[in-house]
Amino acid sequence: MATQNVPKIMKQGALAPWLYLLPALIVMSFFIVYPMINTIGLSFGNKNGTAPAETTCAAGEPCWGRFENYRHALTDGIDFHSFWTFWVTFWGTSFGNNLKWIILMTAGTVGIGLAFAVLADRVKYEALAKAVIFMPMAISFVGAGIIWKFVYDYGTTQVQIGLLNSIVTSLGGQPISWMSTPGINTIALIVVGVWIWTGFCMTILSAALKSVPDEIMEAARVDGASEWAAFWRIMVPIIMPTILVVITTMVINVLKLFDIVYVMTGGNYGTDVIANRMYTEMYKNFNVGRGTAVAVILVVVIIPFIYFNIKRFIAQEETR
Amino acid sequence: MNRDRVNKFLSKVPTHFVVIFTLLVWIVPTFGLLITSLRPVQDINSTGWWTVFSPTPVNTSYATYCASCHGADGKALPNADLTDPNVMSKYSRSLQLLALLKKDINGQPHMGSTPLPSPQEAADIVSYLKQPAGTSAAPRFTTSNYVDALVGYRGTRTYAQDCAEGKQSPDLSCTARDFLNPRGMGRAFINSLLVTIPATILPILFAAFAGYAFAWLHFKGRYALFAILVGLQVVPLQMTLIPVSRFYAQVGLNGTFLGVWLFHTGFGLPYAIYLMRNFLGSLPSDLFEAAYLDGASHWTVFRQLVIPLAMPAIASLGIFQFLWVWNDLLVALVFLGGTTPVMTYQISNMVTSHGAGWQLLTAAAFLSMLLPMVVFFAFQRYFVRGMLAGAVKG
Repeated sequence: MATQNVPKIMKQGALAPWLYLLPALIVMSFFIVYPMINTIGLSFGNKNGTAPAETTCAAGEPCWGRFENYRHALTDGIDFHSFWTFWVTFWGTSFGNNLKWIILMTAGTVGIGLAFAVLADRVKYEALAKAVIFMPMAISFVGAGIIWKFVYDYGTTQVQIGLLNSIVTSLGGQPISWMSTPGINTIALIVVGVWIWTGFCMTILSAALKSVPDEIMEAARVDGASEWAAFWRIMVPIIMPTILVVITTMVINVLKLFDIVYVMTGGNYGTDVIANRMYTEMYKNFNVGRGTAVAVILVVVIIPFIYFNIKRFIAQEETR
Repeated sequence: MNRDRVNKFLSKVPTHFVVIFTLLVWIVPTFGLLITSLRPVQDINSTGWWTVFSPTPVNTSYATYCASCHGADGKALPNADLTDPNVMSKYSRSLQLLALLKKDINGQPHMGSTPLPSPQEAADIVSYLKQPAGTSAAPRFTTSNYVDALVGYRGTRTYAQDCAEGKQSPDLSCTARDFLNPRGMGRAFINSLLVTIPATILPILFAAFAGYAFAWLHFKGRYALFAILVGLQVVPLQMTLIPVSRFYAQVGLNGTFLGVWLFHTGFGLPYAIYLMRNFLGSLPSDLFEAAYLDGASHWTVFRQLVIPLAMPAIASLGIFQFLWVWNDLLVALVFLGGTTPVMTYQISNMVTSHGAGWQLLTAAAFLSMLLPMVVFFAFQRYFVRGMLAGAVKG
């Protein structure tokens, strides 16, 4: 934001700019900045914020003193007896699940989004095809949750009214309870996330692909490169910055994800994620200290992305 | 020449195949929801939604023993209409039916030369004739699920049936007033609108002010303040939920629209200002210089130059924020809850607390998707543009 593009004649009145900023600054400090600081303070307190966290420690139990809520948030549900028990139990916690979400959902949305953007570019019904893939972005996660809960429906009788189990049984398999079988259920939920967010990745990647000059691709083809090689060696490197932005945006979105899990399983059967856990601690167990500690951990994980965002912004401004 | 075209077509076949397959995977779940929401409840629970596309299932026992005289639809004999409930209610058990079939009609055996059905087959026929969609032309589609969802009906039959018999639950009056029943989706639709419209206008207004200052006014710390703003865009909502809800509880803002409007404004602003500032900053500076030379004040420039020129950005932001607030569950859950339920809350409540049947869930979900879909297909261009301008939103 170079100051040089502000006309000289406009540099008058020291107060005026702040009057224009005032409404936004007040609302943002009150609803984002102040509560963030307050949350950090509350995370070191007990369940209603009246005493420090160490007072909740029980004798003979492990205790991290003032960081007791963080101990609970980070170690609850994990068995530290051996590496093997740690490994197994970790993947059942909300952090383990969030890690699965990050890996599978980011790979799924970016992978399918990129592939579809490339393929749709070659057909005449491109606009329609892209609108269909993008459509889930307009509906709520709650609506999407219902749509897929119905696809995953598990009937205890012969008749399967869920599409997926109907396909499974018609192929001679046994119907599966997709929502309550650990291991399968988190994957089933991630599929819903991919269904919603692929349109977002596709749209942004498609715009980037279209900005790649045709001459470069033509030159590669003339030189005898196959479509496959041209895509991986030329297209992908050119749009790499955009791919990285999409990946980071997806990781942030996944970390905050709440509605799908809340509506489809309520975090039961080993499908809990960080955002739903925070909600459970705060609004079902009414434990302010534990709830805020989970929120702080969430923001700590996101800090690198905040840094990345600001750095990207500065780089953009310099090239303006 | 011709061979080239054939080759070109053939080389694209795998592409078409993959694209169309993906499109089907994306459409079919939503399509299934729509079809299901229009089916009678008995059908939803007894057959998959895809069966509506197959011809009426014919019961083999009925076809073997009855169809030759009574017809495939059971209506062939006018004085023995099998779809008439008054006739069939006398034969609701297989023994009653078998007794009837053994009797002569007009001196002739009922079944003619055809052997009697076995008890098992007779039971099969009876249960087949009981089905409303069986022999009769019972409708395959109904709008009653939507009515039930709108009024918040929670019985085991349908709202219309209960009202016809005067058996409705105490909070329903069977008049148009029921559409405003607090448990129903009709009321939730209005609540969603009341939440969403101000929560869309407020942040855009404030962002236009701030965006103008960031783009065209000179003040100390402009760059640093804007960099902080860029960082704030990705702060998760969860980080501030607890202090704000504690504060709201103290000042009595919990469960009020004002509380939700302000919260959504706070979280919509970083992205809105970012977009607005980038858009306004790309306008030519001569424009502003000329206006100032003519003696216009900041306020005049803002009202008569900035707002009209910023319309494309305002449209993008408006659609973005509208969909964001309309589709939000977490904020509505925490700050509004059941006192003034919005659509997303009402649906999640149907799932988690009432275990509502598919007939209600599918209709309710589709009702909540109606307005976003219309907005999306009407203004898709602006939505995509807003997303491309800055792909990060808390």
